[in-house]
Amino acid sequence: MSEVTKLTIAEARDALNRKTLSAVELTDAYLGAIDAANAELNAYITVTHDKARAMAAASDIKIAKGEAGALEGIPLGIKDLFGTQGVHTQAASHILDGFKPEYESTVTSNLWADGAVMLGKLNMDEFAMGSSNESSFYGPVKNPWRANNSNEDLVPGGSSGGSAAAVAAHLCAGATATDTGGSIRQPAAFTGTVGIKPTYGRCSRWGVVAFASSLDQAGPIARDVRDAAIMLKSMASVDFKDATSVDLPVPDYEAAIGKSMKGMTVGIPREYRVDGMPEEIEALWQAGIQWYRDAGANIVDISLPHTKYALPAYYIVAPAEASSNLARYDGVRYGLREQGRDITEMYENTRAKGFGAEVKRRILIGTYVLSAGYYDAYYIRAQKVRTLIKRDFELAFEAGVDVILTPATPSAAFGIGDKEMNADPVKMYLNDIFTVTVNMAGLPGIAVPAGLSANGLPLGLQLIGRPFDEETLFQAAHVIEQAAGKFEPRKWW
Amino acid sequence: MSVDLATVKRVARLARIAVSETEATRMTGELNGILGFVEQLAEVDVADIEPMTSVTHQTMRWRKDAVADGNKAASVTANTKDTADNFFMVPKVIE
Repeated sequence: MSEVTKLTIAEARDALNRKTLSAVELTDAYLGAIDAANAELNAYITVTHDKARAMAAASDIKIAKGEAGALEGIPLGIKDLFGTQGVHTQAASHILDGFKPEYESTVTSNLWADGAVMLGKLNMDEFAMGSSNESSFYGPVKNPWRANNSNEDLVPGGSSGGSAAAVAAHLCAGATATDTGGSIRQPAAFTGTVGIKPTYGRCSRWGVVAFASSLDQAGPIARDVRDAAIMLKSMASVDFKDATSVDLPVPDYEAAIGKSMKGMTVGIPREYRVDGMPEEIEALWQAGIQWYRDAGANIVDISLPHTKYALPAYYIVAPAEASSNLARYDGVRYGLREQGRDITEMYENTRAKGFGAEVKRRILIGTYVLSAGYYDAYYIRAQKVRTLIKRDFELAFEAGVDVILTPATPSAAFGIGDKEMNADPVKMYLNDIFTVTVNMAGLPGIAVPAGLSANGLPLGLQLIGRPFDEETLFQAAHVIEQAAGKFEPRKWW
Repeated sequence: MSVDLATVKRVARLARIAVSETEATRMTGELNGILGFVEQLAEVDVADIEPMTSVTHQTMRWRKDAVADGNKAASVTANTKDTADNFFMVPKVIE
């Protein structure tokens, strides 16, 4: 890692504004780091060298003129789920073979308007379906972290595995990501990075490839809490092109960092203490509780009784919405087209070849639960359970809880090709057990690194907040960061 | 509830995904694993509970009933594998 790629976004921003560093120098350093590492880590699907250098040169001109935007000259990686005009956008799927959108997603448009530089498109689980980045058409991403005295390749988590790995390995200053059931927070926890899923409706979904529309939200993965706050400020907006985008002003999230937690109430939900949870996860959680006590916060035990039903309800709602959203991939308007004797066979052959095993599995589950006679028993029941999950949180917040503290994941990163996970889809799904409740209720959640496991792998804690109260999450996350410190992988790639 | 091989093939047909006999057999086991997992929702009392339709209370925005965008036929068809005069080309549907 060259020196300038070690700078956080906040530090790079200051160096650029003081003109001790140029945007072109910074972008070149990142492009060099990517070219040296990507064959090993596979974090990027495509690297946009020329576009990055042109954007950086434009940033240097704006900085010289005193017209710098909030992210002027900051090199970012973009998850392959975001539509980027004229640039590879395939949701890491073969079915979008060769797709280069004619439009730019609202979130990335916001970033470019603030002066950010695009380095390329980041690897991910196909259509964001997965918790290990192994379902990508472009192959798995390797976690920059390895266990002590081990050369085993580990997963970076998923679905935003490329985003998390690139941030942890300093192959970008920050990255965009998306979260439908934990896809920002679980990979952030596995790589020692900070990831926030904002409240549903805070970031526009326009131009982002849809997975489960009532759950999908964009957010950043960054190296520290402040960088995540800086990025979310630019990504979030009010957008009339997304009917679920909420008409609320975007606050200055960075201003919340460093505010005292004295007198605030932190809720500890007993249902997050699950059977078979490793002792070190429990110890990490207890350490977090103590840090908030030391910061002057009140700790209260709370109950969220429907927690255990969130994951099964998710595996009805998400596949149902996915089967509907993914119906558009028929070989006619974009992407892969396979031939057939008639138009139906053309659809069937295209979709058979274009989708991977996990995506097919979820489309079939979704089609089944929505099919005649099963709709009420599955989908409507799951949506009713969702109302109960949301109500659990509402009751806790009404009782005076400001923020809820939980573990982010039930374990540290596991190996690529883990036999148990690959043999049993449900076992893989259990990775999202602590994060999925937040999507079901539409709330904001942040994962913050809080320590290392016994074998030296990062572990994270999760904070859950009131709707549109991301500021409290940044404020509270900073307390953990101050107490636990930051974590960097040892470079082996 | 569980699915048999015939149901998996029917659902694959509905979803327009061609599946081989081997694939359909493998998927039958996987789908039953997932359906078994979601079965626990049956124990939740959902009497008098409204299904969730929106995560935040908001009224849908209205916009003027007027053309706001358009005349982009070339852009719309730019990514298709088979196009003529800004139309999508597909195998013959009507005999």
